[in-house]
Amino acid sequence: MSNTHGMTPTNSAIFGGSLRIPGEKAAAKPVVRATWKPRQRWRAFSSKLFFFTSLMATVLAVAALIYLLQSVAEQGLDRVSWSFITSFPSRFPAKAGVKAALWGSAYLTVLTAAISVPIGVGAAIYLEEFAADSKLRRFIDINIANLAGVPSIVYGMLGLMLFVRICHFGRSLLAGAATMSLLILPIIIVASREALKTIPTGIRHAAFGLGATRWQTVRAHVLPSALPGILTGVILSLSRAVGETAPLLMIGALSYMAFVPETPMDAFTVLPIQIFNWTARPQDEFHVTAAAGIIVLLALLLTVNALAIFLRMRYQRKAQW
Amino acid sequence: MVNVGKDQATVFEPSAPYAIEVNDVNVSYGTSRAVLDVSLKIPEHTIVALIGPSGCGKSTLLRSMNRMNDFVSSAKVTGEILFRGSNIYADDADPVLLRRQIGMVFQKPNPFPTSIRKNITWGPGINGFQGDYNKLVESSLRRAALWDEVAGKLGESGLALSGGQQQRLCIARAIAMDPDVILMDEPCSALDPGSTLKIENLLLELKERFTIVIVTHNMQQARRVSDYTAFMYQGELVEFGPTDGVFETPKQELTRDYVSGRFG
Repeated sequence: MSNTHGMTPTNSAIFGGSLRIPGEKAAAKPVVRATWKPRQRWRAFSSKLFFFTSLMATVLAVAALIYLLQSVAEQGLDRVSWSFITSFPSRFPAKAGVKAALWGSAYLTVLTAAISVPIGVGAAIYLEEFAADSKLRRFIDINIANLAGVPSIVYGMLGLMLFVRICHFGRSLLAGAATMSLLILPIIIVASREALKTIPTGIRHAAFGLGATRWQTVRAHVLPSALPGILTGVILSLSRAVGETAPLLMIGALSYMAFVPETPMDAFTVLPIQIFNWTARPQDEFHVTAAAGIIVLLALLLTVNALAIFLRMRYQRKAQW
Repeated sequence: MVNVGKDQATVFEPSAPYAIEVNDVNVSYGTSRAVLDVSLKIPEHTIVALIGPSGCGKSTLLRSMNRMNDFVSSAKVTGEILFRGSNIYADDADPVLLRRQIGMVFQKPNPFPTSIRKNITWGPGINGFQGDYNKLVESSLRRAALWDEVAGKLGESGLALSGGQQQRLCIARAIAMDPDVILMDEPCSALDPGSTLKIENLLLELKERFTIVIVTHNMQQARRVSDYTAFMYQGELVEFGPTDGVFETPKQELTRDYVSGRFG
């Protein structure tokens, strides 16, 4: 923004000191300059050093990922086939498949999304757009941030107590999804709030200035603009839920299932638990099966993440200011 | 520089009817007081300019006239502001209804990130406008002197327009609500001289229909467009009166120093 009127910057100077009377001139003084030590070579060297260090950090991270993918692929790629995806687990390693676990993971993800997205996005809208800046709100803020850092096994214990026992959901898909929802709610809330924060206040003021209520403002202008950011947060937190094992072990997801769950009250298993089960077996053949399971899980996660990136790019082109 | 104090201020009383009456208004943000004991009457169908150096409280005073200060949680307003004779800070006053009648144009152009047409129609839509939307879009854009430039591309994004066009779109959006009063918070400070001139000419036409209160940093602009000028300094109203009088024969020394460019 240019300062077309040429007044703004001088105000503070004027109010800080005395008014300068036009025509009055300061007496000429000899100019004294400080000595400067540019240390040009050290600065150039340290810049290069930092470039190299950060490059190494990147290379290391990528190398670790490539090594992981390569060793898993070497072990299990031959084992991945259509029948591996469409078969139930078996005590014969060559016949075992991931059908029950894959469907369990898919159902669990959908059910978790159905529970956590409305609650998480709703809470974010309340905290960001409606709640007044009070002590209670700041207390909630701190707690949500802390909840995001609670170990997942603790959520498993809470889920076992609350959903399996008290709510009588049993060791069901619904209990698993509710537990997973608790786990990812803080992440969804934080990500959605960040997305809402990026929407310029000018848009909100424009709407309020036209006689809009808060909800009309949020519904028509803030939420649509924040949607790509919210979607990205939701999908990334769901992909975390897909990969979690500990809380589901805690609430008692099965490790051997020869059927696909049909209702939310059915027992279930998921890919990470299936993989964990296979790696714990003594037979080497099962380790190959586990590697194949890991490939399926990674493919699923990468697909979900790619979807997040695609959605973000697609909607981001539309809104810009 | 000494503060003038309320009793020493020169406040002219224009003749009724008034669009807005400000009575003993104080606005504070936490412990800092932004507006001190300001009283002034804004007559209907005039343009009133609020001038003064940065931080003098003129924008704060403007935003308290349609309760936009409600969105600053630390802001506290005392005193009363009468619109159509009733206090907008009364317990039973509804700020949403108020803002429908007192429109606002902001310093930075802030069109909605939707089409030009939707920018105009959204406000009337949520407030139950029953007329012809096509006519409303055309008449609002015409009054904002923007119609000829956008007539063929009403479906395009408001953000694709130039800064000056965006600001006129924001004015058209405010006009479409057919408010009584339009508040403008330095509407030209982000614009080039050509766009500024267009908007100034526009204001002179708009006052036939609306009352306009405009905050400006630009004294020449205040002089060109306004009927009355209020000069504020450090939260206080120093002088309020017909624009010619304030600029040519100011009663207060502080006003004289400011309008002659000795500070600010």
